[in-house]
Amino acid sequence: MRLLEGPEVGAGAESYADHLRRLGGVPDLGPGFIGTLQRSGLAGRGGAAFPTAVKWQAVAERSRGQAVVVVNGAEGEPRSQKDRLLMSARPHLVLDGAFIAARVLRARRVIVYIGERHQSARAAMLRAVAERPDPERGLVTFSAAPARYVAGAEAAAIHFLNEGVATPTTVPPYPFERGVGGAPTLVQNVETLAHVASLARPGGAASTLLLTLAGGVATAGVLEVEAGVTIGEAMRRAGGVTESPRAVLVGGYFGSWVEPERAWLLAIDHESLRRHGLGLGCGVIGLLPASRCPVCETAGIMRYLASESSAQCGPCFFGLRALADACTRISEGSSDGHDLQRLQRWAAEVAGRGSCRHPDGAVIFLASSLDVFAREFAHHTAHNLRRSA
Amino acid sequence: MSTELKLVVDRIKCDGRGLCAELLPELIRLDDWGYPILAPGPIPEHLRALAQRAVEDCPVLAMALRRAERKQ
Repeated sequence: MRLLEGPEVGAGAESYADHLRRLGGVPDLGPGFIGTLQRSGLAGRGGAAFPTAVKWQAVAERSRGQAVVVVNGAEGEPRSQKDRLLMSARPHLVLDGAFIAARVLRARRVIVYIGERHQSARAAMLRAVAERPDPERGLVTFSAAPARYVAGAEAAAIHFLNEGVATPTTVPPYPFERGVGGAPTLVQNVETLAHVASLARPGGAASTLLLTLAGGVATAGVLEVEAGVTIGEAMRRAGGVTESPRAVLVGGYFGSWVEPERAWLLAIDHESLRRHGLGLGCGVIGLLPASRCPVCETAGIMRYLASESSAQCGPCFFGLRALADACTRISEGSSDGHDLQRLQRWAAEVAGRGSCRHPDGAVIFLASSLDVFAREFAHHTAHNLRRSA
Repeated sequence: MSTELKLVVDRIKCDGRGLCAELLPELIRLDDWGYPILAPGPIPEHLRALAQRAVEDCPVLAMALRRAERKQ
């Protein structure tokens, strides 16, 4: 089953009545459903691709009827649109998944956590909850996630819901041990929950992925593909490239640049990308047109990622800032000639030294830039026109 | 065989005071901003006492000893 099949996606949220007519209700599910999840191989679609069954099992074992389910629609990755589109168009699929989780994990609360800027997604989810019958509706509260990159990270979401601060915390304790209000908590991305809704129905499978295509592609935006489709095929379905690309960013800002010839042949699924040392992250695939400068692009993204450090851990706060500054000096032509070496050394030193994965994601991205754009980084001169802009 | 131990840093607590690197330069060096970089692997037997001292003397209590073969 495709998540976005049914009425035109642009037509707004599917009503509960239409959703039930199209798909039928969710059958009764017991704890055995975790086995179904495991056999499906469903992995989290928020970015980390963590096995969903493992997460559910960990919460189920500790729940004692006290667990909390956090529906994660923070979607802080700037280029990603798939989560808010899904909430806006198919809110009941997401809610089905959330209530299935609540039932299987014997949770007493469901918290819908949506990025504060995603207004239409929030409106659609609020309306959808109001359409649900009372025992379900009574479980739900809403919370607005701050528009920060790390706000959707599990520990940051828990921190925000407990104390109003959306910064990561030191783990352990993990959310499944001590989450919202100290209760075992499942934090699950909205796309993952929609796939759960699909899996729970007879003959259901979690065989598709939601992508956000960005940059030099004819139809930028959300595209649903079957797992295993190549990036080249996904681009073809989106109307092809608008101009010859210099590189493809696989996995968004925590992802990696890949040479186009290599990228076209990559199969889009977590396992095969992992074998290539890549990750799908939250599903963003970006095309950098050959007319854009990869060094300036990299510097801009590094400045963004540095500014999105939650400034709690020294290696992340100072390290990402230093990396972004060195990239910027190269892009502006003001480097002393040693910045490339500094970038290599700092990138290796910063990795793995934050309480969350923010610095790791940033240096994975940077390392791929230094590799794929080695020539451009070595010979970059300032673009006077761009600088004066 | 005795349990292997490793040093871990709570990166949020750590303020980069650098005392640990002074006590235990064999296993800890500082990055360009003064924050500790730990040598990988378990603590060699002969450095255990110093490692324990680094944990106890950290002014913000950001350091701890953990069993090296701990899951995750």
